[in-house]
Amino acid sequence: MNRTPRLDVPSWIFVPAAAGSLFIVLPLLAMLTRVDWADLPALITSPGARTALLLSLKTSTIATLLCLVFGVPMAIILGRSTFRGQDVMRSVVLLPLVLPPVVAGIALLYTFGRRGLLGGSLEAFGIQIAFSTTAVIMAQTFVAMPFLVVSLEGALRSSGQRYEEVAATLGARPTTVLRRVTLPMVLPAVASGAVLSFARALGEFGATITFAGSLQGTTRTLPLEIYLQREVDPDSAIALSMVLVVVAALVISLARRTARPA
Amino acid sequence: MSLTFRAAVKDRDLDVSLEVPHGRTLGLIGANGSGKSSVLAVLAGLVRADSGTAVLDGEELFSARVWVPPHRRRIGLLAQDSLLFPRMSVVDNVAFGPRSQGLSRPAARAVAQHWLIEVDAADLADRKPSELSGGQQQRVALARALATQPHLLLLDEPLSATDVGMAAMMRQTLRRVLAGRTAVIVTHHVLDAVLLCDRVAVLEAGRVVETGRTEEVFRRPRSDFAASISGLNMVRGVATGPDSLVATDGTVIHGEPDMALTPGDPALAVFRPEAVSVHRSAPGGSPRNQFLGPVTSIEPQAHLVRIQVGDLGADITADSVARLAIDVGESVVLVIKAAEVSLYHG
Amino acid sequence: MKRRVCALVAMSGLIATGCSNRPGESTTITVFAAASLQATFTRLGAQFETANPGTTVMFNFGGSSDLVAQLQDGASADVFAAADTVTMDKAVAAGLLSARPAVFATNSMEIAVPPGNPAGVTSFVSLADPGIAVVVCAPQVPCGAATRTVEQNVGVALMPVSEENSVTDVLGKVISGEADAGVVYVSDVISAGDAVDGVPIPTADNATNDYPIGVLKGSTSADDAGEFQAYVLGPEGQQVLAEGGFGTPS
Repeated sequence: MNRTPRLDVPSWIFVPAAAGSLFIVLPLLAMLTRVDWADLPALITSPGARTALLLSLKTSTIATLLCLVFGVPMAIILGRSTFRGQDVMRSVVLLPLVLPPVVAGIALLYTFGRRGLLGGSLEAFGIQIAFSTTAVIMAQTFVAMPFLVVSLEGALRSSGQRYEEVAATLGARPTTVLRRVTLPMVLPAVASGAVLSFARALGEFGATITFAGSLQGTTRTLPLEIYLQREVDPDSAIALSMVLVVVAALVISLARRTARPA
Repeated sequence: MSLTFRAAVKDRDLDVSLEVPHGRTLGLIGANGSGKSSVLAVLAGLVRADSGTAVLDGEELFSARVWVPPHRRRIGLLAQDSLLFPRMSVVDNVAFGPRSQGLSRPAARAVAQHWLIEVDAADLADRKPSELSGGQQQRVALARALATQPHLLLLDEPLSATDVGMAAMMRQTLRRVLAGRTAVIVTHHVLDAVLLCDRVAVLEAGRVVETGRTEEVFRRPRSDFAASISGLNMVRGVATGPDSLVATDGTVIHGEPDMALTPGDPALAVFRPEAVSVHRSAPGGSPRNQFLGPVTSIEPQAHLVRIQVGDLGADITADSVARLAIDVGESVVLVIKAAEVSLYHG
Repeated sequence: MKRRVCALVAMSGLIATGCSNRPGESTTITVFAAASLQATFTRLGAQFETANPGTTVMFNFGGSSDLVAQLQDGASADVFAAADTVTMDKAVAAGLLSARPAVFATNSMEIAVPPGNPAGVTSFVSLADPGIAVVVCAPQVPCGAATRTVEQNVGVALMPVSEENSVTDVLGKVISGEADAGVVYVSDVISAGDAVDGVPIPTADNATNDYPIGVLKGSTSADDAGEFQAYVLGPEGQQVLAEGGFGTPS
């Protein structure tokens, strides 16, 4: 670690920066003040809560794997080759990042729903996506994928291609170059991208409730459970929110650790 | 079995033809940005030429119809930076090529060990690249390039990342491994060119301006760049007699021609700065070669002082400088004996 | 100038209209109402405005429990109309109402199916067929509780593919064709128009919700708020509600 002398920032900038941090921290603290600590253990271990948390973890994990399977190749194509329409593809891939999740849900519905673009053909093959856990995973993958692609493409662009070029002159086929040089080089970015995708999948709500519905054990993930509990049992909703905050905080600290270069 | 190469790359303003006989080493010299590294990139297949063709050992590497991708060219590249794969050990770096060619892990490691011994780096086998000095890294990178048994080896300033003490050792290693190999070396050090290259080609602005046997090019340069890195003064002109020429500014220079010059032909006069003496006014005895002009710079040059007068340099002792008491802007007379001037057809 | 401030404040929907009601000057009353009342109350509001020139009615439609939570957290409004008495009781218990609320309508359940009834739903019992994708409200919310009651009355346990948070979500899944059937309020089937068909549930088996309305303590235009409540309970209001599929309270 080399220490570079740090340039002074103008002191006034601390005021808006502090206000900004406060704006993020205060609501979380406010939620803490409302937690019913005595009943917390019971609330977060209720069957509904446990089922929802398990479902969330399971679907988010699978969604993250899907993000890796499809997102890594997309990032490589965007970051390592040039082709017509690349800019268009880049924008399209990033679209779910800025779309309201409910719009994502509607879009998925009109694609994979029973009356959707592909729904009919899928149904002919006996595949029914509506109201299934698969639908939850698809909604999560849809909204989480850009996080992986953005993080990895950035790393690929900044790392340059010189190692890959050397590998090619050493006789390595493109697949070998990818496997032994490119991927090991950007592994930290893959890891942090995957963790961010996981976090996004875990928090996914709008697309899920629109596309997959809400049924305990099948499609009711933790955010949906929180939303439902909010109607009837605010204490339980706050307790579950705390669980989600803790899991998200863990995931982010993990991402920061893996993103740090070795 | 040799390399013939001709390529033009429009957006790099490159248009170069080269030939390297089998087992010979060609030096590519030229100023920064003259296109040396681009030639290597085109040869290695990392940059596509807009037109041209290259044939290595009778096999087309590229042409209007043919394109062999880099990994099937059997051309090894040693870049300025060693570019060792940071996550692999030294031996795995060297074994990378043989592995990629389909060798088993143990076999590839055995090949790697062999080449590490060859470059005197066997003791580094288990280290990580980050634990090596610049010179050691370059040595390992050389072993890695050699381990694929390339038909052509490309070296891009292989000694630039090596400190002075290590450079001598590395130069010896290169001399040894380059013997009998077809290779192209980019360099701007005379010493590297003289010790490692059979022939050199001088590039200027993406064109070959001079090519020839190494000692010939440095002894009797025809390009400004070759003259300058040889440390020689060079004057272009037109022959006025068998042993004289007139420079473009009208100065007449007498010297020793290799062969008698034909009046009216282009000719070059070349002489060492150490052979030039500096005077405050024209000396007696009317020497045949003298140049009058203001001093443009005074700089230390090895153990001497370089007095620059326009394009010409004179290396004199510090003592002489003091005695002459000259300063920049003052007029001096440079004198050079005719016996010290080489004249040849340009 | 004051008028503009009133309008701006009213538009925010959540903030009380701090404008007094003087003759010749405009007043705005804010009504928090259950989501199932959206179609009928929007019509009613327009009629009320015509009958009372200078008065503007602003609505905030949402899940009844959600609205109570908003009111408890300080949202100011003049009138609150809930989809069931349980929720209204919560509001009363929280001391939000200025007087005892009155029941102004009833609503019962109906099966909504996509137009043409592709899955051939004939009765509530047929919803138990595992081949039929049924969507209901989660039992924790009023429409879900009512659905539970119908299940008990009929003596059948549904295996829904999804339990939604609000009746509008159930209706949405039916309209999009994702679900073969959904259990919603009669009023929803009517307000959805051609987008869904209805399969009635016999009165004997049906569950009925009472819709209470009341003026809020925090109201700054209590007189106008009271007038609006009276209008809803009066003949004009009752007619609009009846057309919207609501029942008349006994």
